[in-house]
Amino acid sequence: MEQTLPSAVDQLKQAVELLNHKVDLLYGQAAEMAAQHPGASQTFLVMGITVFVLAIFVGYYVVWHVTPALHSPLMSVTNAISSVIVVGALIAAGPAMFGLSKIFGLAAVVLASINIFGGFIVTQRMLAMFRKKK
Amino acid sequence: METWSALAYLVAAVCFIMALRGLSSPVSARAGLRFGVVGMGVAVATTLALPGVQSFGPIVAAIALGGIIGAVVAIKIQMTALPQLVAAFHSLVGLAAVFVAAAAFTNPAAYGIGVPGAIVAGSLIEMSLGTAIGAVTFTGSIIAFAKLQGLVSGSPVVFKGQHPLNAVLGLLLLALIVTLVVTNASLAFVMIVLLSLLIGVLIIIPIGGADMPVVVSMLNSYSGWAACGIGFTLENNLLIITGSLVGSSGAILSYVMCKGMNRSFISVIQGGFGGESVAASGAAGDKTVKAGSAEDAAFILKNASSVIIIPGYGMAVAQAQHALKEMGDTLIKEGVQVRYAIHPVAGRMPGHMNVLLAEANVPYDDVVELDDINRDFAQTDVAFVIGANDITNPAAKTDPTSPIYGMPILDVERARTVLFIKRSLASGYAGIENELFFYDNTMMLFGDAKKMCEDIIKSLEG
Repeated sequence: MEQTLPSAVDQLKQAVELLNHKVDLLYGQAAEMAAQHPGASQTFLVMGITVFVLAIFVGYYVVWHVTPALHSPLMSVTNAISSVIVVGALIAAGPAMFGLSKIFGLAAVVLASINIFGGFIVTQRMLAMFRKKK
Repeated sequence: METWSALAYLVAAVCFIMALRGLSSPVSARAGLRFGVVGMGVAVATTLALPGVQSFGPIVAAIALGGIIGAVVAIKIQMTALPQLVAAFHSLVGLAAVFVAAAAFTNPAAYGIGVPGAIVAGSLIEMSLGTAIGAVTFTGSIIAFAKLQGLVSGSPVVFKGQHPLNAVLGLLLLALIVTLVVTNASLAFVMIVLLSLLIGVLIIIPIGGADMPVVVSMLNSYSGWAACGIGFTLENNLLIITGSLVGSSGAILSYVMCKGMNRSFISVIQGGFGGESVAASGAAGDKTVKAGSAEDAAFILKNASSVIIIPGYGMAVAQAQHALKEMGDTLIKEGVQVRYAIHPVAGRMPGHMNVLLAEANVPYDDVVELDDINRDFAQTDVAFVIGANDITNPAAKTDPTSPIYGMPILDVERARTVLFIKRSLASGYAGIENELFFYDNTMMLFGDAKKMCEDIIKSLEG
């Protein structure tokens, strides 16, 4: 089969054009799909719910093994760690600019800190009292 | 969220799981607590290292202020006041959740959830849930605190139309959340907070003193769910994980407490239990009670070979745990086998009696749970009931009309002799007369629990 160089170049050009067109099409489709899923928050919700459900199961199995004698320390330690909400409070109190949200944030930091220190210390006091028979 | 901070938060979450895991035995519990402290340290340090956090002065001051208050309270508190302390701590978590939600509402950009007036709808729903649960936890815990501390009467407050009112307020709350999502109005947010505060008061006031272990566990659970709601708003997995752990832990404790009373969670929430004094099935007048003195009790105890002590809330009120332990030690020296039997709902919070006995240095091997000791009463010489009442009432097994029928009780009446310390013949918190007082093998010791124990010690040694 005989083929001249110019015709071969033409064929290549056509193929490249077709490819370009396909790329445009794909890009358009991708943009359309991205528009249907705006922002990261929607994907977070699904992930968050996944984490939420799994954590409930973990909590269920872990707490079920807690001995009834330690139910009071369990309650005070869970109270202390639920103050992890301090993370949200710190972010609110973080910005250098002063504003209403910063005041809320700082107030929440104080409250959560009372709980963190108080909760852990009172748990420590309780646990220190549980002794084995000498 | 950047990758490294997300990973550091995961480390903190694992630490919290290990902290709860450690509590499966008193031996590993202290190591567990250390995990909890480390986890919290990692969480706080990670947050402080985030680029958005720049103003360190006020933050350090806030942490120091809170830390000092918390530490002083925790070091000074008496162990008998533990239930109200825990209730007070729960209220703080609730209020902190409300504040964080308010901060996110006024400055959503800091959390990347939109701009004021145009916050992402999903975040608004999560925010309102976190706020509502937080506010309910706040006022609910304050009421529980006031009841436990004796600032208000521990008896249930019931009024006509209570449940319909709560239902209407609940629906109103839903309507407000929808309004907030649609309009982004600050007023709707404020209304959600105020209404939830009111609901918190209303759902706790009808619940009586004896049901407090359930209430305290329930509020524990709520404080976890509030943290969870805030976690969804802030898109923070650590808050979601920790909130769920705490939430399910509190829910399990509530379940265990309800089972200990053979009551459904719903019936506890509806409240009103122990309000009206239930008319005793038989008139008390025609029955005789055998009353004894400390000397009589000492004589009986000294000649016993095995004694089981059943403590209740009255022991906490009278601060009698140390005197009780001394009495137990004196008996052990005399060669008597002494053990302590714990009912799941004895006291005002789960595990309350165990902590008080531990405070008095009772070794935990001598403290036995209901299921493990109930069979032994038949072979026991003396059951020594101190400050407990309803949890020993045989009516729970014999009288189908009794409000506590079906509740698992300690079978103290099977012991050869029952010594029962009590101030008077008044009924317990459930308002039910205890027929055990009139049994032939029961001897009532009328008086203050602590004084009675001290008098018994004197007679034993004398």
